[in-house]
Amino acid sequence: MIDEGPHVMTPANAAGMFIRAEHLSPGQRAWRRFTRNKLAVISLCFIAVLVAIVLLAPWLSPYQPNDVSDAQFEKPNAQHWFGTDVNGRDLLARTLAGARVSLLVGAVGTGVSLIIGVLWGSIAGYTGGRTDEFMMRFVDILYALPSIIFVIVLITSLEDIVKKFAGTTAFGVSVRLLFLFVGLGAVSWLTMARIVRGQVLSLRERPFVMASRSLGATHARVIFQHILPNTLGVIIVYLTLTVPSVILYESFLSYLGLGIQPPMASWGSLLAEGARQINPVRIYWWLLVFPCVTLVVTLLALNFIGDGLRDAFDPRSDRA
Amino acid sequence: MYFLKRIAFIVPLLLLISFLAFLLLKLAPGGPFDQERAPASEAIRKNIEAKYHLNEPTWKQYLRYLGLMWERDVASGELQRVNGGLIVGDFGPSYKYRDHSVNDIIAQALPVSLTLGLLAFVFVQCVGIPLGFYTAVRRGQLGDHVGSFFAVLVVCIPALVVAPVLITLFAIKWQWFPPALWGTPWHVVLPVVALGLFFAGKVARLMREGLLNTLQSEFITTARAKGLSEAKILWKHAFRLAVLPVVSYSGPLLADLLTGSFVVEAAFQIPGIGVFMVNSMLNRDYPMTVGLVILYAVLLLVLNLVVDFSYSLLDPRVRYD
Amino acid sequence: MKCSVHALFQLKRAFCFLSSRRTQAGRLSVLLLWLGFAGCTAQIPKADLTVLNGPDPQSLDPHIVTGQADMRVVLSLFEGLTRFNPVNSDPDPAIAERWHISPDAKVYTFYLRTNACWSNGEPITAEDFLFSWRRLLDPKTAADYANQLFYVRNGEKFYHGKIADEKQLGLKALDAHTLQVELENPTPFFLQLCSTHALAVVPGRFIGQQGDKWLRQPNFPCSGAYQLEFQRLSDRIRVRKNPHYWDAANVTLETVDLVSCTSPTTAMNLYKTGRADVIWDKFLVPVELADVLRHGPDFHGYDFLATEFMRFNVTRGPLTNPLVRRAFVQAVDKRRIVERITRGGERVATHLTPTGIEHYRPPQGLGYDPNAARQSLEQAGYPGGKGFPRLQYLYNTTPGNERVAVELQAMWRNELGVEVELQQAEWKVYLDLQSKGNYDLSRGSWVGDYKDPNTFLDLFTSHNGNNRTGWSNARYDALLSKANQERDPGVREKLLQEAETLLVRDEVPLLPIYIYRGQLFFDDNKWEGIHGNLIDEHPLSAIRRKGEPQAKR
Repeated sequence: MIDEGPHVMTPANAAGMFIRAEHLSPGQRAWRRFTRNKLAVISLCFIAVLVAIVLLAPWLSPYQPNDVSDAQFEKPNAQHWFGTDVNGRDLLARTLAGARVSLLVGAVGTGVSLIIGVLWGSIAGYTGGRTDEFMMRFVDILYALPSIIFVIVLITSLEDIVKKFAGTTAFGVSVRLLFLFVGLGAVSWLTMARIVRGQVLSLRERPFVMASRSLGATHARVIFQHILPNTLGVIIVYLTLTVPSVILYESFLSYLGLGIQPPMASWGSLLAEGARQINPVRIYWWLLVFPCVTLVVTLLALNFIGDGLRDAFDPRSDRA
Repeated sequence: MYFLKRIAFIVPLLLLISFLAFLLLKLAPGGPFDQERAPASEAIRKNIEAKYHLNEPTWKQYLRYLGLMWERDVASGELQRVNGGLIVGDFGPSYKYRDHSVNDIIAQALPVSLTLGLLAFVFVQCVGIPLGFYTAVRRGQLGDHVGSFFAVLVVCIPALVVAPVLITLFAIKWQWFPPALWGTPWHVVLPVVALGLFFAGKVARLMREGLLNTLQSEFITTARAKGLSEAKILWKHAFRLAVLPVVSYSGPLLADLLTGSFVVEAAFQIPGIGVFMVNSMLNRDYPMTVGLVILYAVLLLVLNLVVDFSYSLLDPRVRYD
Repeated sequence: MKCSVHALFQLKRAFCFLSSRRTQAGRLSVLLLWLGFAGCTAQIPKADLTVLNGPDPQSLDPHIVTGQADMRVVLSLFEGLTRFNPVNSDPDPAIAERWHISPDAKVYTFYLRTNACWSNGEPITAEDFLFSWRRLLDPKTAADYANQLFYVRNGEKFYHGKIADEKQLGLKALDAHTLQVELENPTPFFLQLCSTHALAVVPGRFIGQQGDKWLRQPNFPCSGAYQLEFQRLSDRIRVRKNPHYWDAANVTLETVDLVSCTSPTTAMNLYKTGRADVIWDKFLVPVELADVLRHGPDFHGYDFLATEFMRFNVTRGPLTNPLVRRAFVQAVDKRRIVERITRGGERVATHLTPTGIEHYRPPQGLGYDPNAARQSLEQAGYPGGKGFPRLQYLYNTTPGNERVAVELQAMWRNELGVEVELQQAEWKVYLDLQSKGNYDLSRGSWVGDYKDPNTFLDLFTSHNGNNRTGWSNARYDALLSKANQERDPGVREKLLQEAETLLVRDEVPLLPIYIYRGQLFFDDNKWEGIHGNLIDEHPLSAIRRKGEPQAKR
């Protein structure tokens, strides 16, 4: 018989695939499903390449982001691929520097919200009863407060205090950046806590948890070794969707003047500067277009990755 | 019963929130009366702070704000409750707008934000739900790809870029609408679009998610087995459950929209609450901040309640005890 | 109220739509919503003149406001003994018809017009002025501009509570229409002070009856050319012509809208689409477009008494040494900042007092001289910037300030080898840090209140709350005090020049950067009566449509 190739689903083939899939762990199965999603894979590659360029930028670029020059408001040309701004600084260098700050803020801010949210949610969900009630009421209260008030207080009051102690050390210089991390994370942990609590609540009653407890495992071990790994899917998905919202929130803060401290740049501050360029008289379009396109494409990529991950971790994965 | 309990909790919750807001803003350095031109002497600064009771300890100021402060009347010598306070619905004077009270300002700004927010809400649902529906039904085809891409795209573009672009195109270049300010139906269109676009994308994705999930459930399979037409299945059975994620998102969404988006209001110079809220924090106008935070919290809590209630109406499987 | 009830009704409808299966009902409710709100937001008729005024005024009370935008609104509602001439901002007779100055220039007798009336028809009397000026000086009012009446005998003492009796102030009402003012010293600019908003007359009896809420009453009495029609916060203030104003015959505009606007881009958009007729706030001109707009048709640029400078905190570290301060000053290429960054036609400033004031030529301060700067720094003990500690430059968050800050930082780094860190702060934090002396270098500016060098030089006297540098020099104080008692303009000029030289050449507690340029936008073919002047005041009563000699009815 002519071999028609592996794409033909003969009973033998089917059985073979079936048998092979059985040996894969849920994580590996999820990865397989993820890689079948072309858009998600392309996005992942894009992010990887972006991170690489951003890390290597100081050595690759002939201009430093803070180099002031006489070439003011130049259109994109051979020397300055993205053009220059009012102080004659190269926009490409500043966009990459901004990428570094924004991605860092997004990652660390999300990380902070992850840690606080997971701890809070898992403790609340696992303990149950009055403690759970109390902890979730606290989340409800914070939910009803506009987050901007925390950010303003954090940045205006604590910054001064830390500066007094840290002074002019490198730590002192990047205080604003540090507070952005903490502040942004502190306002986005609420939903994470709710999600984790929901998951923990449902997992708590499962047989494998009860089995583990009856074998003598401590509460901490049960949480960290058994429950949390099973919520990992949901958490990771939510993480990739939090990063864009943290980055967008940072741009809002830059618009208010509470964001990154000049002369450092972030996408948010570049965007706020670019948005001011839109007027009926004369538009320096490159000051808005390049940072905006970079930001949008990165956020799109993050969203596609998030979608891909959600589809990958979902057992009912026969959706496109 | 459950809902009565929730309603009963609202008042203490509001008290707590107002106290938190009050405390937090006090922590930030700078006061409401710091000006570029310093007063001629320290004594004058003290005078004005005394006039507004800013020299009292924070807890005392908060009690005064609530209206739970008793003082000895200078003339008669008897203990009297100080006038005003939150108890009687008086949100206090504004420290920035010295001629106006916070009630005045809310009375002026709230209708504006309500109009903007409600219309934006309608826009979000009218664009988001059909889009999500369409992309779910046309899953995997070109319509889905285009629609879904558009939905994700608008979620990635911040309003501080959308607003100026809309103004430059529609208000300056083509002059279909006014570029700023408020007052006629024409002033409403661009801000509503700028505000609603982001959320329309989110709602579209939620709707798509919800419908795809619902179409997998057992009762749909039963309906199909019974021989119902696809259209009937979609509209009569699936939609009601598929819209649940959108409904539960609608509560906080509406609260956010109603209290105004600062960026859109600032870009279009609209006298709504969003601008007052952020500016009051930046100006250290304590009564106004706390007043607006309470307003926001009330809206959020009430809307969440309404949403949970309609949730139980829509999905017969959901029961609250 | 009707609108919010309507809104809630529509809210309920919106929810029904969500849970309803009938989208027809949904579409219907959308249509009804639209119609409902269309009716709700009723259109108001357009005003005769729409002006983009600047930030929202804090108050309409002349004794409370300090912002320039606030002052403009207040001056349209309340007038004083004199008013600003629209062309040269000299003091013209207003409620005072004429005055007599005593030979020693210490006693002014003002004769008020008998036809000067409040907007409710009652006559304005000298008693009203007594009430108003006493209210300005009253410590309970806590007025920030009270120091403008410190030139009156016992004014300062009364303000600080050292004298309780109002009758000891140098103010007397000789009869219903004659006001006598006794000054501490001959003050050449006193008549100019009478034009400012703080010395305008407010309705004493009305305030006595209504108390603190007098400005919230409809139709409160106004002494100026206009009265308040309505005020919508963060939107606009509409003023209507005061029919009882003494000069009402010459006021042609019936209604004027003073619109609050803080974004320069929005201001430009409103102007270009014809929804605003005049832009008269300098900060509403987009910095990015300053160079293009300067050559546009509707632009009017003029000299204006305001200086942008930087304060040194002379109590901190290396800044205690004048050599270091001089080095910082001479390392800055102000021409580059003015030509490349601000680009609005500003002039480089090496001195604090702007040019243009009569009888006063400001002395030259330290110019751009990087070699001298480096020498000074070396003399101070930091050759090539080695060993110089890291300093911070504090400024409040605006795009313009940020750009200048970036340039300054680069200049100090490149010319002196000194690292200065930028500290951007939100407005209140900036004020707080500056007033507490919690900074190294800080951006600052000052707008003159009247056409005399004293309004600028006064800043850096030892006891002035606006000094904020920690710099105190007895000789400087003495020179200024002597100058203010001097009646001969020539001698006075020499004294003031000596003081300013000490300030900007020797001691330099500040770094003057540039002199502001006033900017006005309006169509010359449509409007007249708006002129650029040193005080940047444009009285509404003088503005008229071109080609319309009579008042519109």
